[in-house]
Amino acid sequence: MSIREDNNRFKEIVKGKVKEDLRKYVSKGELIGKREDEFVKIPLPRIDIPNFRYGPKQSGGVGQGEGQQGEDVGDPGEGGQGNAGEAPGEHLLEVELSMDELADILGEKLELPRIEPKGSKNIEAIKTKFTGLAPVGPEGLRHFKSSYKRALKRYVSSGTYNSEDPLVIPIRRDMQYKSFKKVTKPQTQAVVIYMMDVSGSMGDEQKEIVRLESFWINTWLKKHYKGLETRFIIHDAAAKEVDEDTFFRTSESGGTLISSAYKLCQEIILKDYPVNEWNIYPFHFSDGDNWSSDDTRVCVKMLQEFFLPNCNAFNYGQVESKYGSGQFLKDLQKEFGSDERLNLSQIESRDKILDSIKDFLGKGR
Amino acid sequence: MANLTPELEAERVRICQIAKDAGLDCFETIFELITYDQINQFAAYGGFPVRYPHWKFGMEYEHLSKSYEYGLSKIYEMVINTDPCYAYLMEGNAMMDQKLVMAHVYGHCDFFKNNVWFSKTNRKMMDQMANHATRVRRYMDRYGIDVVENFLDVCLSIENLIDRHSPYIETSSVRQAPQVQENNYLLRVDRDYMRDYINPPAYVDEQKRRSEHEAYMKAHRFPSEPEKDILKFLMHNAPLADWQVDILTLIREEAYYFAPQGMTKTMNEGWASYWHSKLMTTKILNDSEIIDFADHHAGTMAMAPNGYNPYKVGIELFRNIEERWNKGQFGREWEECDDVRARKNWDLKLNLGREKIFEVRKVCNDVTFIDQFLTEDFCLKNKLFVYKFNKKTQKFEIDTSNFKAVKAQILFHMTNFGQPIIKIEDANFENRGELLLSHLHEGIDMQPDFMSETLKNVYKLWKRPVNIITVMDDSPQLFKFDGRDYTTQKLNEEPSTKTS
Repeated sequence: MSIREDNNRFKEIVKGKVKEDLRKYVSKGELIGKREDEFVKIPLPRIDIPNFRYGPKQSGGVGQGEGQQGEDVGDPGEGGQGNAGEAPGEHLLEVELSMDELADILGEKLELPRIEPKGSKNIEAIKTKFTGLAPVGPEGLRHFKSSYKRALKRYVSSGTYNSEDPLVIPIRRDMQYKSFKKVTKPQTQAVVIYMMDVSGSMGDEQKEIVRLESFWINTWLKKHYKGLETRFIIHDAAAKEVDEDTFFRTSESGGTLISSAYKLCQEIILKDYPVNEWNIYPFHFSDGDNWSSDDTRVCVKMLQEFFLPNCNAFNYGQVESKYGSGQFLKDLQKEFGSDERLNLSQIESRDKILDSIKDFLGKGR
Repeated sequence: MANLTPELEAERVRICQIAKDAGLDCFETIFELITYDQINQFAAYGGFPVRYPHWKFGMEYEHLSKSYEYGLSKIYEMVINTDPCYAYLMEGNAMMDQKLVMAHVYGHCDFFKNNVWFSKTNRKMMDQMANHATRVRRYMDRYGIDVVENFLDVCLSIENLIDRHSPYIETSSVRQAPQVQENNYLLRVDRDYMRDYINPPAYVDEQKRRSEHEAYMKAHRFPSEPEKDILKFLMHNAPLADWQVDILTLIREEAYYFAPQGMTKTMNEGWASYWHSKLMTTKILNDSEIIDFADHHAGTMAMAPNGYNPYKVGIELFRNIEERWNKGQFGREWEECDDVRARKNWDLKLNLGREKIFEVRKVCNDVTFIDQFLTEDFCLKNKLFVYKFNKKTQKFEIDTSNFKAVKAQILFHMTNFGQPIIKIEDANFENRGELLLSHLHEGIDMQPDFMSETLKNVYKLWKRPVNIITVMDDSPQLFKFDGRDYTTQKLNEEPSTKTS
């Protein structure tokens, strides 16, 4: 039906609109917590073809019923029979998009390259897939419809088919079975390890930014890696692994030793994720205040010796806060310059989340 | 061809005969039984099976299918103005509903065939629409989907700028030469010797020059008279490629095809409702169906305090007319009678009602229908009122139930199909080939954001700066889009002097 075409065109236009306004949706928390096969509803202003028309507020209209002067009749924009010339209300159009589609839009908007997984060649999973029909096979896989068709064909062509008594008995020759093929699929496994500074200087707004950003990073990475694993580490002067919920809720006070988190992260990787089989994405968010320059030196050393050679990319996002000095980012910049494997990003506010995602994922590693 | 079940076909034959016996005069009517998905598709396409490809139909379809799936709305009836008439029944509706739809549809068919405002519509529009679709598709193949679709967006943006009355006006093709009035600028001279004092030569020369200039300007004004059919004007005069002219032509053709339906919405629905109600309750229904019918009928006729329901106003007016003409409640004696009791018991037993409503359905459109037949008694009986937006409370509130106000409000909404009246004043504005449009302001401003976007679309066709004069916030203003900037100039103030 040709309406499908028109409908698809319309949906494309809607996606275009979502893409235009993506920044708005990314910086709002409503979408968070959706799985990739879930649908999200995004309210869009109704897409209208503009024409010369009367403004809605001044025109008024005719109604029917009991009532005194000054009585509220409700907004004629909602419900009610549209009449010729009745002013259109501000209709909101609700579009449904799957998280997967939204990830696509995100990718298009930021022009994110597809990620080249590493280690894909080493590990392969074998899957079976039904691909066609074969004349032999186990009875359990018998394809009834095509077997019947072949039998019917045989009857008709040999002239033995009787439409009064349409009895068709298949013989061995007619049988059709589903046949399958073994396909080897490269298995890609990935883990994202989020580390966050929860020291006193990280406020609620900073944490919300991290929450939003990590959600969108997950959304994008999940597109490329089925079964993406996520781990969460919080740290102030000491680091500990927590679950997702705690990660975003905990607020500690006290100093900041970034190396504590890096050490824990390294332990987790060594223990659970063999580096030649896994795509590893550590993300660290902090306001950039480290306890001492000694500790920063430890971090730099760990990055050089462990993280950069073994991870797809190490990502550091610095969330601006009024307390943080932001020194850590400068130190890293000084130390590594523009190392391909280290992504640095400064996130001044919610509006910058999109740019920051681009910083992190724009290299396709 | 029709694919009705035997039960439905039997009912169709019966109802068709009943309609005919009642005096309805229809084109042959073909009913098709279709699924809800098809009905949504056809409805998105304005009743037609095929339209040119455009996303707006996709949007409409999305809206209809969502509303249906969520149980918010359901389309019962659809009929298109062609010969033969096509109408659709939805699979799975109850038998009573199907009968109701059929009776309703015969009402519409009779209206399409006999109402004078439909007399100029193309009754083979189904073929024409398919033809349009093919043409647009061909252009898409040739010039690219985006190019053509963008152009369609522009055309659809101005599709309401047609002259709804023009199909009914017979114009003479002879252009009359402007009459030149000689010397009308000279003051009257009674005494010859005073001539040079009353009309000094210098003054005469000046006036002569000015008069000639005015005549020249008038003769060279283009268009010579303000033009309401803006689509036609642009078709002929805008610098467009052949395929663009063709698309503009077909959009205009379709706009004219749909225009009478907008001009007779209240009458058309009223007429169809009048007949479904009459035929169902007197001839078609069996006893067990009456409650369901009443329920459905009442649902269709319901009128919310904030919404004008054309079905309701239409059916009540037709019934009112029938009653008045049956009882002879018309004419001078009736109008001049102010004895309440006499008016109440007024019955001359003329029985002209049926004849009268058939006449009304033939010659009226919504404007003349309301103008002639909406009476104060009717307004009172049906409790009609005007609501307005109250800026203080930010709410829509009942304003008045004054008869004149109600009538004026309804008529205002119907004139020009509730669209602002816009004309092309000058296609060589400022002597720079700019387009000047004017909006006949009748108390309501246009929606500013839509106006600016539409103006930009007109620019895309005209390709020179486009201006419109309208009233906004109580002051006359000129809005202009010159391809880059959108500017406003208040007209009652002196134009700001340009620095050279």
